[in-house]
Amino acid sequence: MRIGVVTFPGSNSDVDAQNALSVAGVEPVMLWHESPDLAGVSAVVLPGGFAYGDYIRAGVIARFSPVMRGISDFAAKGGLVLGICNGFQVLAESRLVPGALLRNRSLRFASKIVAIKPQRLDSPFTHAMDGNPIHIPIAHGEGCYYADEATLNEIERNGQILWRYVHEDGTPALDPDDPSNPNGSLRAIAGVSNAAGNVAGLMPHPERMSEGILGTDEGMQLIRSLVESAKSWEAAGRPVPTKAEAVK
Amino acid sequence: MTDHLRPDGATEHLRSDGAAEHLRSDGAAEQMAPASSASAEDARAMAPEAPVATAPEAPVAPLHRRLGVTDEELELIKVKLGREPNHTELAMFSVMWSEHCAYKSSKPLLKTLPTRGNGVMAGPGDNAGVVRIGDGLAVAFKIESHNHPSAVEPYQGAATGVGGILRDIFTMGARPIAVLDALRFGDPADPRTRHLVDGIVRGVGGYGNCVGVPTVGGELVFDPSYQGNPLVNVMAIGLLEEKNLILAEAPGVGNYVVLFGSRTGRDGIGGASVLASATFADDDPNKRPTVQVGDPFAEKLLIEASLELIDRRLVLGIQDLGAAGISCATSESADKAGTGILLDLDAIPRREPGMEPWEVMISESQERMLATCLPEQFPDVREVCERWGIQIALVGRVAEDGDITLIEGGLGADGTPNPGAREIARIPAKALTSEAVVHYRLATPPTRRRSAPAPGIPLTAQDGLPERGMDPAAVLVALLGSPNLSSRRWVYEQYDACVQSNTVEWPGHGAAVLRVKGTRKGLVATTDGNQTVSALDPHLGAQLSVAEATRNVSITGARPLGITNCLNYGNPERPEAFWQLQEAVRGMGDACRALGVPVTGGNVSLYNEYPGGAIAPTPEIGVVGLIDDISMLVRPPFTTEGDAVLLIGESTPGMAGSAYAALAGLSAEDSPPTLDLEREAALQSFIREAIGRGLVASAQDVSGGGLAVAIAECCMWGGLGATLRLGVSGSPAIELFGESPTRLVLSSRQRHAPALELLARQFGLHAETLGVVGGDRLRIDLTGQGATGAAEERGSRVADALDVSIADLRHTWDHGLARALGVETGHGHGPGPVVAATPGEGA
Repeated sequence: MRIGVVTFPGSNSDVDAQNALSVAGVEPVMLWHESPDLAGVSAVVLPGGFAYGDYIRAGVIARFSPVMRGISDFAAKGGLVLGICNGFQVLAESRLVPGALLRNRSLRFASKIVAIKPQRLDSPFTHAMDGNPIHIPIAHGEGCYYADEATLNEIERNGQILWRYVHEDGTPALDPDDPSNPNGSLRAIAGVSNAAGNVAGLMPHPERMSEGILGTDEGMQLIRSLVESAKSWEAAGRPVPTKAEAVK
Repeated sequence: MTDHLRPDGATEHLRSDGAAEHLRSDGAAEQMAPASSASAEDARAMAPEAPVATAPEAPVAPLHRRLGVTDEELELIKVKLGREPNHTELAMFSVMWSEHCAYKSSKPLLKTLPTRGNGVMAGPGDNAGVVRIGDGLAVAFKIESHNHPSAVEPYQGAATGVGGILRDIFTMGARPIAVLDALRFGDPADPRTRHLVDGIVRGVGGYGNCVGVPTVGGELVFDPSYQGNPLVNVMAIGLLEEKNLILAEAPGVGNYVVLFGSRTGRDGIGGASVLASATFADDDPNKRPTVQVGDPFAEKLLIEASLELIDRRLVLGIQDLGAAGISCATSESADKAGTGILLDLDAIPRREPGMEPWEVMISESQERMLATCLPEQFPDVREVCERWGIQIALVGRVAEDGDITLIEGGLGADGTPNPGAREIARIPAKALTSEAVVHYRLATPPTRRRSAPAPGIPLTAQDGLPERGMDPAAVLVALLGSPNLSSRRWVYEQYDACVQSNTVEWPGHGAAVLRVKGTRKGLVATTDGNQTVSALDPHLGAQLSVAEATRNVSITGARPLGITNCLNYGNPERPEAFWQLQEAVRGMGDACRALGVPVTGGNVSLYNEYPGGAIAPTPEIGVVGLIDDISMLVRPPFTTEGDAVLLIGESTPGMAGSAYAALAGLSAEDSPPTLDLEREAALQSFIREAIGRGLVASAQDVSGGGLAVAIAECCMWGGLGATLRLGVSGSPAIELFGESPTRLVLSSRQRHAPALELLARQFGLHAETLGVVGGDRLRIDLTGQGATGAAEERGSRVADALDVSIADLRHTWDHGLARALGVETGHGHGPGPVVAATPGEGA
């Protein structure tokens, strides 16, 4: 099975996604931003970086690239799309996932290991996780998750909040000034999915903690979830999920 | 103006009959990197002292002086050309003969350095040092300064410093895999310092984060001498396949010379000569246009395109445009290949209309590359650049005549000038580079070798602090919370440290460690520079810097491959400042020879002075080491309860230049500690051997803050306490806080401790077991004959024990820097600089 990794001009964590997928035993396929053709891959990763330099606002130019047309179509047909860091920003700008990513509350770039915890274990992006907090890095200047109150309530109700920043005991760091909430995200949201559940984004980098030599391989729980879900989706003949199915 | 006469009175420089040979008497290849490798640093001669536009009635200085060319240099230029230079040519000479590009003061010193070593593939004279690491791979590394631009415009100055050094790396065919930044500032409580720290840290991060190269280490040092002249030294490391090594040359008459990347604009005009080669009055707004503006997004594309061109063998030689821009890249590439370049001015893409030819030739616009290719491969070269969205232009041909010739009016398809084309400049490439002027400066030791104690510091010896009833733990806590020894977390958390998935050891706990994908190997990197001892004794200071930097690599089990150096000194025209540089180079060479480590490259930053004085001489040493099996890596933190703690090496007297002295004061007659290079070499061999035999659980060297700080770091970082007994033969302060070098704190399994002690003795080193790892407190009992107690018997206490909880140490260490910079109370959290056309900080 093959999983695509998009390279925009300015992507720099595409090599990390590529590495983690290889470690997971999957053949990564590099997808160039100028083509909407996804080369028949079973899932797509939008990697971190600074697509098109993040000029104007992170992710806003990438949204209009040819490859994003292909990805929108793919997602509409039930394909799995995971956006990491800048990839999350691109998905949010493309309205493929709800919310927006604002500048960190510190107004500084933040690079450190954070703890996040999956909020449900039946999502395609979490089902191989053990439910405990995982420790993976963040590296972003604009990662403060924001949505209006109504949207926050709706995604909470729909189970679209997939990961939260947490304390060591697993409780969410809901206060935006809590040091365990590294960017001031509302409701400690580290990552969300669309309503259908097949498109997800998160700010931390699971793919950069995919081998013990790098500190821990806890990020692989998330990568393996994606890989196994893509396999099942492929094995099931690429079913198009209805919204009702995904929202439990 | 006697500055460039030889001390031996070689006034014949200035004769017109073959004077060139005298002026350029060494004839050696450049010891240091080609000037273009730097984006323009230190000097700026667009008339530092010239009264150009100030008073209308003031006489206007001649053009050459306004460009920073001395009368004597002008005479030599005339000899080289056989005629008067025109404006464009003079501008080209002014930047190429700047201190920054020509190393005209330092070259005679630098050629004394040892540069040969096992596996060295490229060294001084190339853009970066390159050393083989086996498996068909090699590592490229280099450090460089961007001091004056960062003082003028901190964000862009630091950002383009990163950009420039990265280009030096990928110009060699290597993919940049890591950056380390060594930063030095004045008083952290001063608002201007805080402004500089904020902008420079943002600039380093802004560029490195975006371009996708992790910043994995470095230094942050505060010293009053940097108040008006901060230091920004950036080291970059790259990884390449040996077969992809490529040089900055323009071979093959008739081949195409192409320029790709950003267009040429008016930014950074004269950076090399004005900013990088003259002393410096702070806040001079007239110098702001001399600072270049960086675009890391453009650089990221340039990296990908350049590495693809190199990997596919589409270019024969490649050079980045840094200091002195096109003038430098063309003349160096031609000189290296023994060719010339015919350059078509009209073909050079400009950012704005109306640029004068001399502006085009010396502009330091960032993110540009010059390459040579076969004519038949040009379409492929163009395809690669265009795919990455990079503009490319065919700007000239390799010529036979050895000259850099600039024409206006265009080249025909056959590569010859169109009818009616006009020659604007013609200079032998050698005259701009390998045969540039060399000055033999006067070196005079200062009459007063060290500064007097600061006002208010008592003139009596303070060495005995702990035994006079002061709690040694309080001293330790104060040291750990001090601006220079506390955690640098506030800085490095603004740098992406793990992009590319190679970072084994994150910043903050000793040397940086990267794995080499696809192998078992690891690379270990560090920067160190000792300015406090250098201020007292520049020869010893440089030796200590080399010793500490290599030791920091050796204690992980890695073998240092080579050093790169950034020599930050004052105005070489002042004999005392030149003496400091001369002594430092001698010290660095002595240390490298003794330790068997080659110097593979570096950079010289002179004129680090401002109206308030000169900086402390600062020899910044960057080291990259290789560990063959990364699973054998050893780190400083204590790992296991019950392990034995050992001290290897002995302390020697001398507290001058130490963190303790800065905190507690110092007796006027005290001196820095001594360094025995043979013993240092033995110590480093010993620790690599011990780690190779699997005897060592953790290893830390004794440096800033002394033994107590070293042990405290092992405890804090490992989350484990220790109970120790330290024999005191002299003063407890010297034992606990003295910074004499060549000492290690090790921990090992109890069963390995005897073997470790034995091995140390076989290497001629003193070794003793201090105690055991465990608990949540650090306790050090001080025993033996102390300074206060001649009557006391060995084994008895000579001072109060040091006893403190690890949590307390951790707290003070963790918050010291942010407190010093005032960033925890909400200050410094304001919005970043508003800079147009700067990439976002998105992800």
